Amino acid sequence: MTDAYIGTATGTRATTDEIKSDAPQRALGLHRELDRTWANDPGWRGQISAVNHTTLGLRFMGTALVFFAIGGILAMLIRTQLATPEGAFLDTEIYNQIFTMHGSIMMFLFAIPMLEGLAIYMLPKILGTRDLAFPRLTALGYWCYLFGGLILLFALLGGVAPREGWFMYTPLSGATYSPGINADVWLLGVTFVEISALAAAVEITVTILRQRAPGMKLTEMPLFAWYMLGTSVMMLVGFPPLILASVLLEIERAFGWPFFEVARGGDPLLWQHLFWLFGHPEVYIIFLPAAGALSTIIPVMCRTTILGYGAIVAAIVALVFLSFGLWVHHMFTVGIPHMALAFFSAASVLVAVPTAVQVFAWIGTMWKGRPDMHLPMYHIMGFFLTFVMGGLTGVMLAIVPFNWQAHDTHFVVAHLHYVLIGGFVFPMMAAAAYWMPQITGRARIKGLGEAAFWTILIGFHGTFFLMHLTGLLGMPRRIDVYPDNPEWIWLNLTSSIFGFVMTIGFALFALDLVLQAWLGPRSPRDPWRAPGLDWAMRLPPPSYNFASLPGPGRLDGGAQAAQGLARGEGLLPGAPRGRREVLVTGVGSARPELIAILPGNTALPLGLACAIGAFVLMMLSGLYWLTLPALALVAALIWVWARGMAQGHDAAPVEVAPGLSLPVHIHRHDTLGRTGTVCLLLADGTLFAALLFGVGFLSVVAPGWPPPELTGDPKLGAGLIAGLVGGLGLGAIAVRLGLRAQGNGGAVLPAAAVAFIANLAALACLIWLAVAVLDDPTRHARDALRGVLAGYAGLHALIAAGMAGYALDQARRGEIAGTRAGCMPAWRLWQDFAAVTALIAGAILIAQGSGA
Amino acid sequence: MTLLLAGCDGPLSTLAPAGPAAGDIALLWWGMLIGSAAITLLVGVLLALSFGPPRVRPVRYWTHGWGLGFSLAVLTTVLVAGLWIGERILPRDDGAVEVRAHAYQWGWRFAQPNAEGETVQTDGVLYIPAGRPVDVIVTAEDVIHAFWVPQLAGKVDAIPGRRNLLRIEADRPGTHDGLCAEFCGLGHATMRFELVAYGVDAPPDALADAPAAEEYADD
Ligand code: HEM
Ligand SMILES: [Cu+2]
Ligand SMILES: [Cu+2]
Repeated sequence: MTDAYIGTATGTRATTDEIKSDAPQRALGLHRELDRTWANDPGWRGQISAVNHTTLGLRFMGTALVFFAIGGILAMLIRTQLATPEGAFLDTEIYNQIFTMHGSIMMFLFAIPMLEGLAIYMLPKILGTRDLAFPRLTALGYWCYLFGGLILLFALLGGVAPREGWFMYTPLSGATYSPGINADVWLLGVTFVEISALAAAVEITVTILRQRAPGMKLTEMPLFAWYMLGTSVMMLVGFPPLILASVLLEIERAFGWPFFEVARGGDPLLWQHLFWLFGHPEVYIIFLPAAGALSTIIPVMCRTTILGYGAIVAAIVALVFLSFGLWVHHMFTVGIPHMALAFFSAASVLVAVPTAVQVFAWIGTMWKGRPDMHLPMYHIMGFFLTFVMGGLTGVMLAIVPFNWQAHDTHFVVAHLHYVLIGGFVFPMMAAAAYWMPQITGRARIKGLGEAAFWTILIGFHGTFFLMHLTGLLGMPRRIDVYPDNPEWIWLNLTSSIFGFVMTIGFALFALDLVLQAWLGPRSPRDPWRAPGLDWAMRLPPPSYNFASLPGPGRLDGGAQAAQGLARGEGLLPGAPRGRREVLVTGVGSARPELIAILPGNTALPLGLACAIGAFVLMMLSGLYWLTLPALALVAALIWVWARGMAQGHDAAPVEVAPGLSLPVHIHRHDTLGRTGTVCLLLADGTLFAALLFGVGFLSVVAPGWPPPELTGDPKLGAGLIAGLVGGLGLGAIAVRLGLRAQGNGGAVLPAAAVAFIANLAALACLIWLAVAVLDDPTRHARDALRGVLAGYAGLHALIAAGMAGYALDQARRGEIAGTRAGCMPAWRLWQDFAAVTALIAGAILIAQGSGA
Repeated sequence: MTLLLAGCDGPLSTLAPAGPAAGDIALLWWGMLIGSAAITLLVGVLLALSFGPPRVRPVRYWTHGWGLGFSLAVLTTVLVAGLWIGERILPRDDGAVEVRAHAYQWGWRFAQPNAEGETVQTDGVLYIPAGRPVDVIVTAEDVIHAFWVPQLAGKVDAIPGRRNLLRIEADRPGTHDGLCAEFCGLGHATMRFELVAYGVDAPPDALADAPAAEEYADD
């Protein structure tokens, strides 16, 4: 009986070229059927409950543009202040808030969300699927981004914005030198926004790995997907160190546990290492998606194919790895040993190689084809000019002696804007010009875009080119007055004037977008004759993207493929079952494996984001006890979230194409959810690794060690740690027994119950440890780190207990039965992870106790 | 040319060096500038040529020839130049004069030897003998600052709990401006100081009158 749900023989073994076409149907009928299932709710409710990637992608990008405008206005305030040596326009306190907010907004509220929005909007279309893997998560990410951003904005309006610079160096950002909530606003607000980065990273990774159209092999997928895969993996590994650093600093500020304070065994350099461990990859996280857009657009503009696909993929992989090995080049002046300087200098220089490979592959593509000067090409030329110069000053800064002179001057300000505006803003403007017809279904109004381009290009270089010289003449960054240096006046004045020219350019650009969306004439279906699947649909795109999904033979048809797909000749046509169905394929080969049913419209993401927001606001107001009910609400909503996808009944296999039926995801272990859990644990594991780095770093490098003697009873401590690890380990065994029982048709309830109790026991041991053995965490950094290690293990044990409890509930409801494993595959991953990290954390706690 | 150099002048200019380290680095800069200008021009030419009729070159011509070969050649050259100069400007054990720069919010306290060899303390002005290598021990009281005299050498951070070392040297007697280069809060923009390089045979009176330097925890 249950076998029928595991997938028919044809389903699991189908090689992609055997898939047959469906018979054509009436396109309009299919459209109605699909739209009923996939469209957002009507009216204002639809805005709240939308989970659709097209809606949310646009919303991300639109919001990011608003933040870009706000960041731009702040930039104009900065330039106004610096236009004259004794600008009395802003006082120093406000000036400090403004440049801090300019940098933070541009990095965290403009660039990152912009690229997330582009990926969220584009990827399902480019890969040939109907939505991202976790639509509710997309919505949650958006609300977290919006609310976190609003917290920062309100702080700015209220005059309590962060003012320590966008990298928030300790001890300046610590409680002693930054009393008040300014720094907390940054730490909490940015971390709130980072939830959306992690959410997007998980989704993007899973979607690229598991939702490519059948036959779109990993090694042949469009380059944009490769770039986004590189980006999302970097986000999974890059953001955790920043999140850890922010959490530690917030704990130091709120509860006095020292991590960065020298007098009690901390070290301000730990902050810098953790920040730049994120901060350097961040630059590539911003650049890679832009490069992905370039690799997509350049061949189309030159009516050819990309040159050197393999070399570009190799370059992306190299960048992902290399970019985690260079963070120290932001710290060349902190007094690093001489050999380390040479090593990181060489590594930083080396990272230019994969970048050069890409640049020359693009130039080679242009040689191979016939470039047409359409608007996107203008911006691409702007990119080449600006980015090459920014890359070259980057190489200069990687050379240590020169870095010692240029570091923290306006030379660096010029360099970073050449890279960010050259390497991100110009490509994004090219992408906008290229994809606006796809997004709006309208062609642009001729002339305005070109005018905007020239104004921006001239304004940009006018502002920033001479700024290199300003820096070499000794002007440090982050100063508001320079009364003793008349030699800088003409340089700054020039920068300020051209800054306003650039602003006019951006205003023209925005106007162009608005006019195109509002008044533009209808665009032909394939304005660029591009081959991608993103054009194989009606414009503007319908809520479900494809009426039937592309498969082998239809992967590079561009707009020509649209008709057949709209008539249902592809895979999984229509929505005859009234469910949001997508095809899940294998990681490497893109063989069809199963059908995932995605959740529909819901306001739950908004509710959860509000609950997290309540937690953040309670932390900000210092009402620490009130964070507990907020956290309870978060936990309850996550439970409801999970329940929303629970299934109490078997689901029949779904016919994907004639002769090919696939099982529905609830009958399989290798679901999207499981792949997502793996991604999440990758991020979590990185956070843990960053924490271990912190323990190692402070023990070896920090002044103010050795710490005072531990006072707890080491025997009791070892026993309790054994209890913690043993309990989690028992849970890991129980979850396996449960899975085996489910496979054999046995009862899962006992195993889940055992695991639940074992996890609670582990938690009890941990609480006992914290109360009876661990020393006061405010005493010394060592004790604070012990507290954090224990807290990390405790949080994971608590969540493991929650998952066991959830499994117990599912077993009781009969949702884990037959071939339906419910939450168990994901829980097993978590339980193993919790047990292993607790073992490592416990070993460290014991080793510290024995004086090792 | 003179106009160009005049534009590079200024009391805080790295391009108007007055000491060996700053001189080496300025030279490095001019070299890198010329190389970068050439590369920018080259990329521009390659781009311009692409607008002609299609020209087929093997993939490896671009990815391996230009992408790997050309970039590695250029990068190795600058890296070697950088390491070589980096080696020259490091502090070494050669009996250099030792002075102390202690940064606080928002000012500088210096300790340096006077004519009698006693260590004396000054506020806001650092005195060093001209024509002799000097090692500056850079420390901080509260938050991170950075010690920088652009005409003499690069900068080094002043970090609480740490003792950083920077080698400086002034070619000739004279005064040079210095500043705090790491953002340190409200007084950052005005956290300037002065460096006086004196002829070894003419130590300034200010040093003779200065009080003895206080002890530091890390001395
Ligand atoms: C719209 C044109 C822009 C202008 C005129 C501008 C101007 C400036 C200026 C003058 C500073 C230096 C402030 C100081 O050191 O006192 C600065 C800092 C900065 N800018 Fe921009 N900027 C612009 C766009 C951007 C963009 C698009 C990004 C990023 C995507 C960006 C990222 C940053 C960052 C990260 C900093 C450092 C902030 C800090 O020191 O904490 N800027 N900008
Ligand atoms: Cu300072
Ligand atoms: Cu400062």
